[in-house]
Amino acid sequence: MTDMAQAPYKVVRSTRASKIGSVIGLVLFIVLVSFPTWGDRATIRLLVEIFYILALAQMWNLLAGYGGLVSVGQQAFVGFGGYMLFVLTINFGVGAVWAVPVAGVLGALVSLPVAFLVFRLRGHYFAIGTWVVAEVFLLGFAQIKAFGGGSGMSLPISVIKSISGSRAGRDSAIYWTALFVAVATIAIVYFLLRSRHGLALTAIRDSEEASNSLGVDNFRAKLLVYIFAAFGTAAIGALIFLTKIRISPSAAFDINWTTTVIFIVVIGGIGTIEGPILGTIIYFLLREPLSDFGTWYLILLGSTAIVVMLKAPQGIWGIITQRFDLRFFPVQRRLRLKKDD
Amino acid sequence: MSLLEIENLTAFYGDFQALFGISLSIDKGETVAAIGANGAGKSTFLRSITGLVQSDADKFLYKGETLKGKAACDIVGLGIAMVPEGRRLFPSLSVEENLIIGGYNQRPGNWTLERVYKMFPKLFERKDVAGTALSGGEQQMVAIGRALMSNPDVLLCDELSLGLAPIIIKDIYDALPSIKAEGISILVVEQDINQALAIADRVYCFQEGRISLSGKPDDLSKDQIAAAYFGR
Amino acid sequence: MIEWANTIIQGILTGGLYAMFATGLAIIFGVMRLVNISHGDLIVLAAFVAMVVIETTGVNPFVSMIAVLPVMFVFGYFLQRGILNYTVGDDLLPPLLVTFGLSIVIQNVLLEVFTADSQRLKAGALEIQSLQLTEGLSIGVFPLIIFVTAVVMIIGLQQLFNYTRLGRAFRATSDDAVTAQLMGINHKHIFGLAMGLALVLVGIAGVLMAIRTNFDPSIGPSRLLYAFEAVIMGGLGSLWGTLLGGIILGVAQNIGAKIDPGWQILAGHVAFLIVLVFRPNGLFPRTRDD
Repeated sequence: MTDMAQAPYKVVRSTRASKIGSVIGLVLFIVLVSFPTWGDRATIRLLVEIFYILALAQMWNLLAGYGGLVSVGQQAFVGFGGYMLFVLTINFGVGAVWAVPVAGVLGALVSLPVAFLVFRLRGHYFAIGTWVVAEVFLLGFAQIKAFGGGSGMSLPISVIKSISGSRAGRDSAIYWTALFVAVATIAIVYFLLRSRHGLALTAIRDSEEASNSLGVDNFRAKLLVYIFAAFGTAAIGALIFLTKIRISPSAAFDINWTTTVIFIVVIGGIGTIEGPILGTIIYFLLREPLSDFGTWYLILLGSTAIVVMLKAPQGIWGIITQRFDLRFFPVQRRLRLKKDD
Repeated sequence: MSLLEIENLTAFYGDFQALFGISLSIDKGETVAAIGANGAGKSTFLRSITGLVQSDADKFLYKGETLKGKAACDIVGLGIAMVPEGRRLFPSLSVEENLIIGGYNQRPGNWTLERVYKMFPKLFERKDVAGTALSGGEQQMVAIGRALMSNPDVLLCDELSLGLAPIIIKDIYDALPSIKAEGISILVVEQDINQALAIADRVYCFQEGRISLSGKPDDLSKDQIAAAYFGR
Repeated sequence: MIEWANTIIQGILTGGLYAMFATGLAIIFGVMRLVNISHGDLIVLAAFVAMVVIETTGVNPFVSMIAVLPVMFVFGYFLQRGILNYTVGDDLLPPLLVTFGLSIVIQNVLLEVFTADSQRLKAGALEIQSLQLTEGLSIGVFPLIIFVTAVVMIIGLQQLFNYTRLGRAFRATSDDAVTAQLMGINHKHIFGLAMGLALVLVGIAGVLMAIRTNFDPSIGPSRLLYAFEAVIMGGLGSLWGTLLGGIILGVAQNIGAKIDPGWQILAGHVAFLIVLVFRPNGLFPRTRDD
């Protein structure tokens, strides 16, 4: 301790922005938590969608931005979680809301054999390997007669009613679940990255060779990230299909789940927690006026992602932090000279 | 007029300045050695000449024309060839293919595969194996032959002796006079002072990105060189 | 028995098409260390370019290649020099994400221009002609043409890579782009040429595919997966391995389809995963001196 006191610097992780941010965050949190009691139904449903897309984006960002695992097949876990919701509620009588975390655990379990396969593929090929696995899930679930094959199935009225007798009650319950999932994913990613594992991950992302020589166990760290992302993604998948009530293989294992979050993360800023938040906001702001243009919206998103990757690979949030030195979620340790205090 | 004339050359790696105002010239047919400790900037200097490292200079003339802003891949076509540090043979290419690709720029001249094999007969015996399957000394011969295949007027040699046994180093250095006899100017970068002094017409000593001493080997005392090499 | 022989022969011939998809992907990876996620969409793009050429000039699909292939070459060259060269480097993210973005852009531009309608190129009687081998065993002439084209393509590429000045430049640049520059090789140009060449292969594959099966803007990703599976099963090291990978995929799909039509694509993926488990480096692993 005395050594630290004499050192002409100290290690800080909180920033002024992070302190102001926590105040704003608290106010925002109160507004969001109370929203179902005073907001309108359409906005509640929109917010639910925003929450689960944000949560998905955080999970993909954890994988790619921190773990260096670029997966194009996370829809495998979205769909798997969705189907598990149906199985758990219909066949095992699990409460619909409780089925969300349980689906996550099942997703984590199924990610083990998947990891056994895709981790055999190095670097670039990992991405396409994950996609193959997602296709296998899609085609495999379409073969399962009990799940309605290719045409899928609906959540029985009894399950829906079991959430709450009233429509408003159901909306609120799903809303709070979604809000919880979004906040929890951000919080978990935040604390994960501030932990020792987080440091190891950042080291891997920055240089695989160097971190290997420092004795950081790349494989284990990456595997943990992969499993955790599978847990989160499957839980989010269960939530998504709780809001949709119907599931089919083509909707569950749709590549667009992954496409959307890749665009959100890349444009917002990969490898930061703020980036996906900003990206999600941008995505929904643009989607509302542009949704009539369907294909053009995707062309615009795709081109923007390309331009961002080429010209500003740290994304829009990266540009903002460079200009203003803002960090709401300081996960990196920074050296501060004492005279700055 | 010198063949290569450089005045006040500076070079950076990002924010790190590696060279501070290097001035150096090479005449036609001359052998010049650049010596200095590890990290003194010798290799960076060679890489600046070949365009692999961005640099700036008051004067950066080759045959009276500026090399500033020239792409690395265009410079060999002007007659400046490099034997890079660590040989850097292409692993997917056979020995012969490594030599052939040295002449990729198709600059006219009289170096041929036959002449390279005559200079290094060992290479002919092993011409069809992968370049990287050879011993270090043989690889160095390929690297020199590969550079000669571009019919250069200036040959830049980066650390020819690095990692090689003394007897092999002697073989390699024995080839230089015959190259010089072709009228080719040679700039060797070496940590091995004795080797460099033995073949050079003139010597430049690099220290921390600057030239600390220059002159003809006979005019420089051992103490002077030691001081310029190691600093005080 | 004869039925199964038929199934397997059909599968082998289909494998030729997959090998053709795969060679382009293998070359792009081999020279640039770039995995092109938009590869499948470029195959579909080539098919649509051919469709436009055929509709405007009335030529048959084979003749249309005279226009399609140069267009694809030029497109590939400028795609590489204008965009993809800026993503080449040690970081995996930029090339993956840029080509992923490109994939979405190509798919949606095709969708906007040509709608989601299913299309097919007509090659006349050739499409249905077949050769009777023995009683009950026959092979389609057109699938055979595709297979032979794939074999010729691989032989041609090997000659190009092993014995030409350009081929040596491709290999040297792939080994060490910095040292290649010291040889007077402009690596950016070489990368452009490699992508141009890859898209010529994509062009041939795209036109032949479009004669053989229906296509629409959405089928690109599955072609990427077939190409990828053939490359990985083959083992990254040799183009002949890629052909074998394509054949395994084709045979697995045909056997799957024979058991249950719903199993066709799934069986191909499963075969790939099995190879991945037992031979993670593929059937012909990369060696240093090939």
